[in-house]
Amino acid sequence: MVHCEPMPPPPIPRVRRSPFHWSTAVIGVLVVGAATAVYIREGQDRFLAILFADTWLFIDFAPKMLAGCLIGSFIGLLLPREVVARLVGAESGFLGLLLAAFVGAFLPGGPITIFPVAAAFLGLGAEAGTAIAFVTSWTLLGYNRALVWELPFFGQDFVIWRMVVAIPLPIIAGLLARIAVRVISARRGGEPWI
Amino acid sequence: MDLNLIANIILWGVVAAVALVAASRSRFLLQEGTREGVLDFFRIIPRIFLGVVGSGFLAEIIPQDLITQSLGPNSGVIGVCIASLAGALTPGGAVIGFALGVTALKAGAGAPQVIAYTTAWALFALQRIIVWEIPLMPPRIVWLRAAVSVPLPFLAAFGAMLIGKP
Repeated sequence: MVHCEPMPPPPIPRVRRSPFHWSTAVIGVLVVGAATAVYIREGQDRFLAILFADTWLFIDFAPKMLAGCLIGSFIGLLLPREVVARLVGAESGFLGLLLAAFVGAFLPGGPITIFPVAAAFLGLGAEAGTAIAFVTSWTLLGYNRALVWELPFFGQDFVIWRMVVAIPLPIIAGLLARIAVRVISARRGGEPWI
Repeated sequence: MDLNLIANIILWGVVAAVALVAASRSRFLLQEGTREGVLDFFRIIPRIFLGVVGSGFLAEIIPQDLITQSLGPNSGVIGVCIASLAGALTPGGAVIGFALGVTALKAGAGAPQVIAYTTAWALFALQRIIVWEIPLMPPRIVWLRAAVSVPLPFLAAFGAMLIGKP
């Protein structure tokens, strides 16, 4: 986590993540079970072949993952989230949506970082579609997530392919949200829904 | 030149650039950024290693006929629907969706179906919505986001079918 914050107001809450991950525990149990089954059913040679092939894949991607972590930590320090929130929150309409989608792909960090920033957009007067385009972009196009988490599993070609396909999706989600908000507000006699 | 090498050069070029900017501001920023980045890397490595190696073992024992039939390259729109639903129902966490997605891919699932799966998982991971999104965002926005995200896994899969694997 970042310890220095050059621009204090408006504060965005920081939440600590608990050190124990349930999903890791579940995966651990699954993996140990599967590995044991492979060892018993297909013998030591097959077991070792799978282990070494995947370990090699992992080692191959480790430098990129380290680079992803370093870029993330430096951008997090150099680009205070409050500044990003003000920049995007001030833009409205389609331009705001585009900017939000762009920023979502480049802002590093996990859900603890991203959701408060999206909430801050709304607090600064951005439309629902802008916040939704931002969250969707972070989920589907975030370089940090792709480099560090997705790449070691799927490899470069697959990840690039998936991301190219996903480029328009945050904009589509944002536009759909804008339309939905307008329709619901109109149904309520012009009273704003969000 | 090797694409892998180019990617590494670009990435480490970006690392050098952001580190330089940090260093030009203060020595503390450079140290802090390096420390945080390296710590993050070592914090996540065990989880990813477990997932990457584990998916190899899982793919080996999973019934391949079942995967090829329901999610294989010839499963078409129905395969995409099954994959999207499975993705939305897979619990959150940073590794599990990728681990299961790559397991299915190794066991014979079609790539567009796997793209639909990971996209749906990334968008809907229920655990993330409950633990992080609802407490940190206005609930109405969360539900609106979930609703407008419904078509996205399908669009991703059809986009992947349209473009084809590079």
